[in-house]
Amino acid sequence: MPDLGLEVLQKGSNFIRLIEGFWVAVEISLFSIAISIPLGVFLGILMTRKNKLIRFLTKFYLDFIRIMPQLVLLFLVFFGTTRSMGWNLSGEMAAVIVFVLWGTAEMGDLVRSALLSIPRHQYESSVALGFSRIQTYFYIILPQTLRRLIPVSINLITRMIKTTSLILMIGVVEVLKVGQQIIEANRMTSPNAAFGIFFVIFILYFVICWSVSMIARYLERKWS
Amino acid sequence: MDFVYIERVLPLYKRAAVLTVRLGIEGTLLAIVIGLFCALILYEKIPILRQFVMFYIELSRNTPLLVQLFFIYYGLPKTGIMLTPEICGVAGLAFLGGSYMAEAFRSGLESVEDIQRECAYSLGMNKVQIMRYVVLPQAVSTSIPAFLANIIFLLKETSVFSAISLMDLMFTAKDLIGLYYKTSESLVLLVVFYLMILLPVSIIGTVVERRMQYAGFGA
Repeated sequence: MPDLGLEVLQKGSNFIRLIEGFWVAVEISLFSIAISIPLGVFLGILMTRKNKLIRFLTKFYLDFIRIMPQLVLLFLVFFGTTRSMGWNLSGEMAAVIVFVLWGTAEMGDLVRSALLSIPRHQYESSVALGFSRIQTYFYIILPQTLRRLIPVSINLITRMIKTTSLILMIGVVEVLKVGQQIIEANRMTSPNAAFGIFFVIFILYFVICWSVSMIARYLERKWS
Repeated sequence: MDFVYIERVLPLYKRAAVLTVRLGIEGTLLAIVIGLFCALILYEKIPILRQFVMFYIELSRNTPLLVQLFFIYYGLPKTGIMLTPEICGVAGLAFLGGSYMAEAFRSGLESVEDIQRECAYSLGMNKVQIMRYVVLPQAVSTSIPAFLANIIFLLKETSVFSAISLMDLMFTAKDLIGLYYKTSESLVLLVVFYLMILLPVSIIGTVVERRMQYAGFGA
């Protein structure tokens, strides 16, 4: 059995550092999703409007965000906007901006399909009962869509956590970067650390995303 | 916009795009094969293999490609398995894509009603014939939209290949930004090239999906 370099994790606070690095990624995705949910609900409602211009603009936004790899979006914000607008963005900030843009688009599409799945007569009945447009959404439509939305938005959270691995490429110190640092620091004493560290990171991502998606699957089964 | 610069670096981008597309296609094809096998194993409920496939699907769906690639590229050589970056990239893409393809095919297979199999059985077809002439044609056409969505997803995921030192579009763009400091031009070219690769697939996907809805499948 070759040395797999797992002993590096027991040295000093290496394992705690990895967990902290992972927490950075989780924090960024939770923070972004918290902003994207209200924005996404708003976008979703906009997307169900009949107005041609609004439809075109929202569709264009959604399609552009969807078709570009997230890494390209990160580069556009992190390198592109800073250069052309002359401001200064930290990697974390750029990541949050991209994830909010992306999360809003995905959330908007989920909200749109959830809204469309509400039967027409719900809208018509509430008009007949004299509800205003805002009241209709607030008291009738949104409570019903919420049930369908919660499982799918939890899925979106796992996708976001997975995508946060990309922020390594714009210089944010997250779990992969911490892993690389630990490997470099122990290059002499345990040359096989790369296997152990990356294996542990792999398992870490799996455990977190898998448990979150299990919750989503449970809710989906319970509420549908 | 510095058009002289754009003209000068265009060949580099072209080469990178060719690499991106080639690795994307290789990975996707492998993923389709893996996905088809996994879906059949799940559908036929083959014991032991089935648990294996279910574990694989959970494992690959719940980890990011970048982490998989780092493990394959930096981790595995420590156990004696040395792979070139290209093989690593294709292997990672196939590992990730296999599970997504499996899910797409499985939902297609499950959309074929039991009555179809039963009818074929009563007509005297054997298992292989039922699969070949009754189930698969219906299942494949139902799963085509999900299948195309997966192809787009996988082509997009190739963008992380730059992390394992493959000279793909992302790598080229980052390299050129570092070399010439022409950020806007490099990024515009990057976006244009990705659009040229992904837009046709996306348009085909939309058209096919619409046709499937007219045909009454996958509605």
